[in-house]
Amino acid sequence: MMEAVAAIPPFERFYAERKDEVFGYLARLLGRQAAEDAFQETFLRALRAYGKLEHGRHLRAWVFTIATRVAVDERRRTTPVGEPTDVPVHDERPAFAELEHLADRLPPTERAAVVLRYGYDLSYDDIGAALGSSAEAARAAASSGVRRLRGKETS
Amino acid sequence: MTTVPDHVDRRFRDQAAAAGMLDVAYDFADSPIGTLLVATSERGVCRISFDPEPERELTTLAKDFGVRVLRSPGPVEGVRRELHEYFEGSRREFDLRVDLTPLADFQRAVLEELVRVPYGHVDTYGALAQRVGKPRAARAVGGALNRNPIPIVVPCHRIVGASGSLVGYAGGLERKQALLGLEGALLT
Repeated sequence: MMEAVAAIPPFERFYAERKDEVFGYLARLLGRQAAEDAFQETFLRALRAYGKLEHGRHLRAWVFTIATRVAVDERRRTTPVGEPTDVPVHDERPAFAELEHLADRLPPTERAAVVLRYGYDLSYDDIGAALGSSAEAARAAASSGVRRLRGKETS
Repeated sequence: MTTVPDHVDRRFRDQAAAAGMLDVAYDFADSPIGTLLVATSERGVCRISFDPEPERELTTLAKDFGVRVLRSPGPVEGVRRELHEYFEGSRREFDLRVDLTPLADFQRAVLEELVRVPYGHVDTYGALAQRVGKPRAARAVGGALNRNPIPIVVPCHRIVGASGSLVGYAGGLERKQALLGLEGALLT
């Protein structure tokens, strides 16, 4: 038997399922204020591409990819590396939450890699795709981010 | 867990529609005969559903018109307003374009003919069959009306049996009766 191709759900269903966590993610990366515009941009980009998708697999990783690109562009545009953004939004992810406030100071790709890995549990393959690089590069960015965080924690 | 603020959610739904990126926009409308789901495509009204079950409706809309289906009040505002006026009794004709593109030719022909039956009047299945050039297809006409995707605006409630009995209505006979009553066309 052939496995059925994962059907693409109506956009409303996909949006309803993902909007809160995508907003939370963007708020963690950019602060709540900037997240509002980044949210529009993320879902408008998703909607633009949605009609051309060939299957409905990996939609979660896909929308995180888009959100990451939007956020990284936004941070590069507005924030000098090393400068904290406004107060991060906290989610119910306790282990990560302890370090979260420090992640503000990471360069954008490391920050995205750390948050996607430890905050949202995405695989390195997916994170690599989100960052426009490879799984290895994503792993390297996450561990370098974590090293930096440890350094900040003790300093 | 963080949730999207309402104004951000609303802004996205508005922008998506304003940018012309949706295959279908839909919303709900209250009416004296229950909550209706109202949907539009770029060509016009494409769905009005009684007792809507969103899960199933969205899947059908996506299959018929494309997957970019989103609840967005802007594009359906005009339809909601005209329906409201109709139920208030201040509107007798709808100034709305309808989108019947996913339908088979026969059904589309029946529904296009049906739109000519005026407010407050009724006609029979047989007469409608005759007008679409299939005088012996009264039963098939009944089937086409039963699957009318845009009831009320495409007024299948105005078609009754040869004896004057209401016969049937996909939304339930009580609703057919209520609509004909509203239009002053109720048979005794």
